[in-house]
Amino acid sequence: MLKQNVYEIDRNYRIAKDICVMVLKGADHGFTRPGQFANVKLNGLYLRRPISVCDYNQDQFTLMYKTVGIGTEQMSRMKAGETVDVLTGLGNGYDVDKSGDKPLLIAGGSGVPPMYKLAKTLVEQGKNVCCALGFNSAEDVYLLEELKALGAAVFVSTVDGSSDIKGFVTDAIAAAPQDRSFFYTCGPLPMYRAVRQILQTEGQYSFEERMGCGFGACMGCSMMTRSGAKRICKDGPVFDSSEIIWEELK
Amino acid sequence: MSNTENRLRVELCGLELDNPIIPASGTFGYGYEFAELYDINVLGSFSFKGTTYEPRFGNPTPRIAECPGGMLNSIGLQNPGVHAVIDHELPKLKQVFNKKVIANVGGFSVEEYAKTAELLDGCEQVGIIEVNISCPNVHNGGMSFGTDPRAAAEVTAAVKKVTKKPVFMKLSPNVSDIVSIAGSCADAGADGISLINTLLGMRIDLRSKKPVLANKMGGFSGSAVFPVAVRMVYQVYEAVKLPIIGMGGVSSAADVIEMMLAGASAVQIGAANLVEPFICPSIINELPDVMDKYRIKNLKDIIGGAHNG
Repeated sequence: MLKQNVYEIDRNYRIAKDICVMVLKGADHGFTRPGQFANVKLNGLYLRRPISVCDYNQDQFTLMYKTVGIGTEQMSRMKAGETVDVLTGLGNGYDVDKSGDKPLLIAGGSGVPPMYKLAKTLVEQGKNVCCALGFNSAEDVYLLEELKALGAAVFVSTVDGSSDIKGFVTDAIAAAPQDRSFFYTCGPLPMYRAVRQILQTEGQYSFEERMGCGFGACMGCSMMTRSGAKRICKDGPVFDSSEIIWEELK
Repeated sequence: MSNTENRLRVELCGLELDNPIIPASGTFGYGYEFAELYDINVLGSFSFKGTTYEPRFGNPTPRIAECPGGMLNSIGLQNPGVHAVIDHELPKLKQVFNKKVIANVGGFSVEEYAKTAELLDGCEQVGIIEVNISCPNVHNGGMSFGTDPRAAAEVTAAVKKVTKKPVFMKLSPNVSDIVSIAGSCADAGADGISLINTLLGMRIDLRSKKPVLANKMGGFSGSAVFPVAVRMVYQVYEAVKLPIIGMGGVSSAADVIEMMLAGASAVQIGAANLVEPFICPSIINELPDVMDKYRIKNLKDIIGGAHNG
């Protein structure tokens, strides 16, 4: 459920080469499922910036973002104590009821953040959680220790081999136990095309697109699915594997 | 009714509006998403998502680009088609909205506009038909109806023939002489004019060195276009004696008053809804104070006020 509030920044800091974390204090943020997102208003920019939520509880929520353009660069320079206008509770999020006993969480690069709250929720439900994460290089790796601390088994690949398994996230998946009941994934489309070739189970994919509003009003982020046109921001960003028409995606 | 509410009342071709605030087509869906956020009955009315005869998925993505003071969109008139709108969207809207809605109609031929408008003429919920003539005419090399006075007049006459509801022609600003287009719509029988639609624009991504939008070009809207919109509303008000719905970059109660002084009888809010979902009720709440500040008693008294003397 969409909410709009002005939040005070509790902390804002870098955790990997291009990845920052912003913790915002405040209740009534409307987040109810891992994989939902926030839309952040930044001074001098017209459109809000959709940002992943990596964790939330009753008193605060945590944004995790890759510094890729003027919006996220500006966000990364904001200081504790400054305020920020945020639309919260956006998107459908992952359906944890579909996980089965042994879910596999797959993420690449900037797709890792939502996996933290997802893993936390599934571990709390007593599920045997396994994560396969792909990065470019050792300096890009983040959330690894935090995911392990939750009790998840984590398999990491780096393209240049500077840490863990050399290769792509598909190589991390290959190294993980093969007895998985369901998968959840977040990452770029080329990664989805590669992982779907080797996955044996049903799963859920989270999609990204340039958005106008982030709450279903403008039809800027539409995607054709097996049940018709859907808005990534409102009907998604998470879609069941059975809904996706791969030939339609560019 | 309280005195405050009376001060905001305006009228469009016999349709009484509690206030002049109307979310613009394409920024408000068919209303019920916003009804989850606030009671949309506080609005004067709203203009629903541009509707064509056939369902349309619209353009490939990316469809959105950031700009200084605004945004580009190239949605491509995504909509479920007029039959689905009448069978599903309007009944759903009726649960949450008890006022008349403005039906925004798009088309790619004169016949398509007329067929769509004729079906909407039968809908009791529709108070006004607003005709988007910025669409390309597939029978005339893809040139937009709204850039050719004769094509604009043809669409106007065809829609007027099939409906008894007031017909507002929504003009494209991408023309050298907005007055001549408005004039030909008026001569063809239009009941009112809506303006402006978006300005054609482009952004290029420096990393890929390619246009940001998949469709390359898109419509520029947002606060940056406001002065262009005020100028065009002012010019059309001078030239054509029809009620005007003014729009283009309106983002505050002060902007609403400025647009009405230029000649608008009512005002649509577009892109601002997308970044500030509660902006329409906020503007409605702020209007009385801003009117007090400028010693305005009733909004309907200021329409076209900038032209006096």
